[in-house]
Amino acid sequence: MAGRETTATGVLGWIDQRLPIIDAWDKHIGKYYAPKNFNFWYFFGSLALLVLVNQIVTGIWLTMSYEPSAEGAFASVEYIMRDVEFGWLIRYMHSTGASAFFVVIYLHMLRGLMYGSYQKPRELIWLFGMAIYLALMAEAFMGYLLPWGQMSYWGAQVIVSLFGAIPVVGADLAQWIRGDYLISGITLNRFFALHVIALPFVIAGLVFLHILALHEVGSNNPDGIDIKLNKDENGKPKDGIPFHPYYTVKDIVGVAVFLFVFSLVVFFFPEMGGYFLEYANFEPANPLKTPDHIAPVWYFTPFYAILRAITFPMFGLDAKFWGVVFMGAAIAMLFVLPWLDRSPVRSMRYKGWYSRIALILFCVSFVILGVLGVLPSTPGRTALAQACTAIYFAYFILMPWYTRMEKCKPVPERVTG
Amino acid sequence: MIKGFVFALSALAGSAFAAGGPGVPLDSIDVDPRDKPSLQRGMSTFNQYCLGCHSMEFQRYERTATDLEIPAKLMEAHVVPAHHKIGDQQTIAMPSDAAAEWFGAPPPDLSLITRKRGNDWVYTYLKTFYTDPTRPLGVNNLVFEKVGMPHVLQPLQGEQRLVCTNAPVKENGVVQTDPLTGNPILADQCGVLEVVEGTGQLSAEEYDQVIYDLVNYMAYVAEPSRVSAERIGIYVLLFLFVFGIIGYLLKREYWKDIH
Repeated sequence: MAGRETTATGVLGWIDQRLPIIDAWDKHIGKYYAPKNFNFWYFFGSLALLVLVNQIVTGIWLTMSYEPSAEGAFASVEYIMRDVEFGWLIRYMHSTGASAFFVVIYLHMLRGLMYGSYQKPRELIWLFGMAIYLALMAEAFMGYLLPWGQMSYWGAQVIVSLFGAIPVVGADLAQWIRGDYLISGITLNRFFALHVIALPFVIAGLVFLHILALHEVGSNNPDGIDIKLNKDENGKPKDGIPFHPYYTVKDIVGVAVFLFVFSLVVFFFPEMGGYFLEYANFEPANPLKTPDHIAPVWYFTPFYAILRAITFPMFGLDAKFWGVVFMGAAIAMLFVLPWLDRSPVRSMRYKGWYSRIALILFCVSFVILGVLGVLPSTPGRTALAQACTAIYFAYFILMPWYTRMEKCKPVPERVTG
Repeated sequence: MIKGFVFALSALAGSAFAAGGPGVPLDSIDVDPRDKPSLQRGMSTFNQYCLGCHSMEFQRYERTATDLEIPAKLMEAHVVPAHHKIGDQQTIAMPSDAAAEWFGAPPPDLSLITRKRGNDWVYTYLKTFYTDPTRPLGVNNLVFEKVGMPHVLQPLQGEQRLVCTNAPVKENGVVQTDPLTGNPILADQCGVLEVVEGTGQLSAEEYDQVIYDLVNYMAYVAEPSRVSAERIGIYVLLFLFVFGIIGYLLKREYWKDIH
């Protein structure tokens, strides 16, 4: 049989004639030229992949002992914690992994904002990334119901009820999502199905597309320079180095540091002061008893604070509806970011002061909203949340203006290291 | 369902995290899951005074025996009830609906109570029952107002009352002393807990120790893997530290030609 041409012999050659594994390796790893000036912020992409693998592997093992029913879910989690060999480790790796996922994803997104990684020609990478973020939020939300603790139950109750704020169809929609008049074993079962099968599939597919699109146009870098514009006589970018071995060995260092911090939490502080595992969730779900204080897990709190910040009706529609609209818009805004940024340069290193101050204000307001989302609301906190919500949206809405008005610095020809 | 949302949101306005009383400072306890004699004493107290009404259904007798280094035979002879096997979970015979009728609410399972309430809360709760004739069972509690539970440890502690007296001033649970003489500052104050002399079998210190052991045991049951997690964790961190150094040296070696 005349197969594909291959340089390899033996088993590898046999396979390569039938499946282009050597081409694929070269394109994505061995001869994928990445800019040589990646800094600290470039660890979080590979770390996100690591956490994804951690979630999938520990998730498979949890599924072996977990029972998705209202009667058995809480007890089965404690069964995993006590009676399954190393069950506590698997469970803590999964619960800590959920928070770790959002830590690395938020830092990964901030990197994109700083260095303009969403700008042309990387719009599609950004869109796939945002879709991953959205799927991840759904994944985390549904996973949080599964331990069937008080906070699982009432958190889901609050969030699903948000759909009820949509005019006309809202109440029916919320009921359709729950599959019942309130959160029940039916809801638990469908969330389990979506959490362990549907959404992991979606996320894995989107991650594949995210990386494929990245490798098509090439990686951005802290200078925001296109390294493909400067190639040597062999057609290799002068400022590029092969991903393997350079970035594989560099990522090993990042992985070691990350795993050190991760293990510190897993083995010593799995509750992380009530932020990774909420105290109220150590009590089984009780539909008749509302907890004193319902707070979503920390990674949702900025958006939750935006939801609560809208306390006044507008255009004849009530405040709750607008809260949901603003919360949705807060995430939707991120999707259109590539078309809001009109700056001639990518990186914050060469953008002007308007952009820098805007990004700092945006980050500060995001963090403040996150803190406010955990706390019970008071009039003062609501006012602060409203101010931060205004800054959050101003960052996006004013972006076409301030990115054009400001004076940028000249961008160098080659990366600066 | 919109109602449900509003209801849940309005619940956010309530501030107290646990069902604590109004601003009662909690006594702090430093539990030690490696102190096996303390855990064994705590188990003994729990089984005598608590396990009649409160289950610990997620914990098996055998697991406790293994972790607390109690031989299985001794455990079966003295701890495991006759109708239970050592591999059984610590359930109770009292029907929950009957208990709800007797106490107003069924006594909760206590497997995870310290993880839900916090060690300090449980520790303080068990020490702050006081006589209150207005309550059906004659007692109330400082951190759990209108509690439905009787003070089952009263024979040990004695009758405790809330009195107005000349007592040392405490701030955040710490006795304030005069900076010059070093003596405790005394003041007339109300709401001070005082045990009626001669009503309890134990002194205040002995009772504190009993409660310490009891809460230590409950904290162990809430997370029986804590000790092994920390033991393994040390080795994992050591490995990752060495792995990180080797990884860094490898990276430096590969990158020395990149400028």
